[in-house]
Amino acid sequence: MINLFKIKGQKKDDAATANGKPAAKKQSPGELRLHKDIAELNLPKTTKISFPNGKDDLMNFETTIKPDEGYYVGGKFVFTFQVPPVYPHEPPKVKCKTKVYHPNIDLEGNVCLNILREDWKPVLNINTIVYGLNLLFSQPNDEDPLNHEAAAVLRDDPKKFEKNVQRAMAGGYVGETHFPRCV
Amino acid sequence: MASPDAEQAAPTEPARWRDLDMLLSRPGNLVAASFDPSPTLRDLLGSLVEVLVVGAGGLGCELLKDLALSGFKKLHVIDMDTIDVSNLNRQFLFRVQDVGKSKAEVAANRVMERVSGVNIVPHFCRIEDKEIEFYSQFHIIVLGLDSIEARSYINSVACGFLEYDSNDNPLEETVKPMVDGGTEGFKGHARVIIPGTTPCFECNIWLFPPQVKFPLCTLAETPRTAAHCIEYAHLIKWDEVHPGKPFDADDAEHMQWIYSEALKRAELFGISGVTYSLTQGVVKNIIPAIASTNAIISAACALEAFKLISGCSKNVSNYLTYNGLEGTHIKVTEFVRDKDCLVCGPGTLIELDTSSTLAEFIKMLEEHPKLRISKASVTHEGNNLYMQSPEVLEQMTRPNLSLPMFELLKEVPYATVHATGMAENNGKKVSSLRKLRVAFKGVGASKMDTAESS
Ligand SMILES: [Zn+2]
Repeated sequence: MINLFKIKGQKKDDAATANGKPAAKKQSPGELRLHKDIAELNLPKTTKISFPNGKDDLMNFETTIKPDEGYYVGGKFVFTFQVPPVYPHEPPKVKCKTKVYHPNIDLEGNVCLNILREDWKPVLNINTIVYGLNLLFSQPNDEDPLNHEAAAVLRDDPKKFEKNVQRAMAGGYVGETHFPRCV
Repeated sequence: MASPDAEQAAPTEPARWRDLDMLLSRPGNLVAASFDPSPTLRDLLGSLVEVLVVGAGGLGCELLKDLALSGFKKLHVIDMDTIDVSNLNRQFLFRVQDVGKSKAEVAANRVMERVSGVNIVPHFCRIEDKEIEFYSQFHIIVLGLDSIEARSYINSVACGFLEYDSNDNPLEETVKPMVDGGTEGFKGHARVIIPGTTPCFECNIWLFPPQVKFPLCTLAETPRTAAHCIEYAHLIKWDEVHPGKPFDADDAEHMQWIYSEALKRAELFGISGVTYSLTQGVVKNIIPAIASTNAIISAACALEAFKLISGCSKNVSNYLTYNGLEGTHIKVTEFVRDKDCLVCGPGTLIELDTSSTLAEFIKMLEEHPKLRISKASVTHEGNNLYMQSPEVLEQMTRPNLSLPMFELLKEVPYATVHATGMAENNGKKVSSLRKLRVAFKGVGASKMDTAESS
C-alpha cells in the first residue's frame, strides 16, 4: 500500500515515469458501452440509422423509421438520439424530428415511451429503444397521451383517427395544426 | 517547510500536533507492513503529500478543514461553482459577502487563514477543463461530489494512470488512490478506491440507481404533485415556448420562468407546494443536504486518507455506509472488483508487429485463447477503427482494415484499444466488450512488458 517512504522515493523518478506518451483523452465507459450497442445493432427492416457527425461521434445519431404496418404505413419519421456520457446509467434523450400527429408524441417531438424515462434500466440498449419506437407506430396508445386531442380521437373514433393521420402525413391541417408532408 | 531529511530532525510544533504524533509514533497490530512508527512521519506527510479535493461544496468544505487539521499541508481544491445564498447554512467556510464568488477560491483562503502552515491551491474550473497531466501530480484524490458523472470522470482519469506488469499485477508507482464521499440527506458513504486492488467506481456503478423519472404523459396529462408541475414546465413547456433555445439550469431568469409556469400549472390543477427553492431542487435534482451528515462522512474520508498515506492503521475495506434516518447505522461492505472492468481491469496484452494490419489484428482476436472474439469491432480513444455494423459505419471504416495497426495507433509503442464482439463465456457465445493492451514488438523496448493500460 501507499506509504510516506515510498512517496519519498518516488519523487526522484517522477521524471522517469513521464517518459511514455502524453496522457490521452479517455473514452468514457458510456462511449465504450455505446460502441458495443451500435456494433451489435440488429435493426428491424423499417429502420435506418445515420451518423451526422461522422464515424467517430456515436453519441449523436438519427434513426429513420418507415412503419410497415398500422396507421402510419408510408410515413417516414426521423428521431434524434443524444446519448449522455453516463450511458447506460442514464437513458439517451430521444426526440422526434418529424412533426407527427400521434397520441404519444407531442408537437415539440417529445416522446412518451416508458423505457425512455421511468422504466429505463442499464441492461436495456439502443436496440430496445428502436423496437419501442417502432411499437409506437404499430400500436399507438391512447392511455399515455402527450397529444391529448389525438388520443381522444383514437379512443372515440378510430376511423377518424386514421383519416387524420393520413391528412397529416400528406402535408395538411388537422384542426388548427399544420403538419409538413412526411411520406 | 520540512526538508527531505526531516526524519533526522526533531518534529516541528510537537505540542500542536500531539494527537497526530501519537498515531504516527506507536507500533500496532493493524499497521501496514511497511509502517515505521516515528513522530517525524507527520512532517513528511505535510511536506511530501499532495492531495486533491474535488468539490468545494457541503462535503468539500468539511474535507478541506479536516484534511488541513490532519497534517496535510499541500492541498488543491477544484470546483466550478460559485457561492449561492442557499449554501450558507452548511457550507460553513462561506459568508454572505462571498455570494457570487468562486467556492474553491473562498474555501481555500478561509482554511489557510485559520490553519497556519497549510497551503491550498484553488482551481475555479470544470474537472474536464484540466489536462489529464494535472491529475498525475497528486498522491491521493479525495472526492466530495454529488454527481455520478463527475465521479465517473475522475475515476476514469485516476484509473487511467494505472499500469500492469506482464503478470497483470498493478505497478505500485502508477496507483492513484481515491477516497470518495457522498451524502444524501441523512445517508452517506465513504469508500476507498485503490485502482487495481479494490473495486473502482465503474466496477460497482449499479450501487447508484438511476434517478427516478416521471413519465412524460403523467406530467402532460395527470399531474398530482408540485414536482410534476415543475417538471412539466421544465421538460415540455420550455421547448414549446422557446423552440431551439436550450434551457440553462444555472441561469436565474430561466429558473424564474420555470417557477412561474409551474405555479400557473399548479393553480390550474389545484396543487399546492410549488416554491422557487423546490423548483431549483427538482430541476437540478438537489437532495436536501444535512450539515451533520456531511461532517460525519467527511471525517470518515479524512481518516481514510490519513491511514492510506501514513499506513498507521488498516483502511476500511472498502465501502462504508452511514444511515442516520432511523437511529444510527454504520456498516462496512467489502465489494469485489469486476475482473473485466473496462476502466480498472488489466485487459489482455497483445503483441503486434509494426506491420500487422487491422484485419490481421481482428483475426488474432478470434484465435486468441483468452479472447476468442469473433466479428470484432475495434475502437481506440474515441476513434472507431472498424465497425462490423451498421452498414453505414462498416463502409466508412472498411478502408482501415488493410492499414497497419501501428499507423492507425499513431505509432506509439503501446496503446489501449477496446473490442466488441461475440465471445465465449461458459461455453456460450455472448456479446462482449474487452479491453486490450496492444504493444508493438521492438518499439519502446524498455516498457515492452508493462504496456500502459487504459
Ligand atoms: Zn473497475
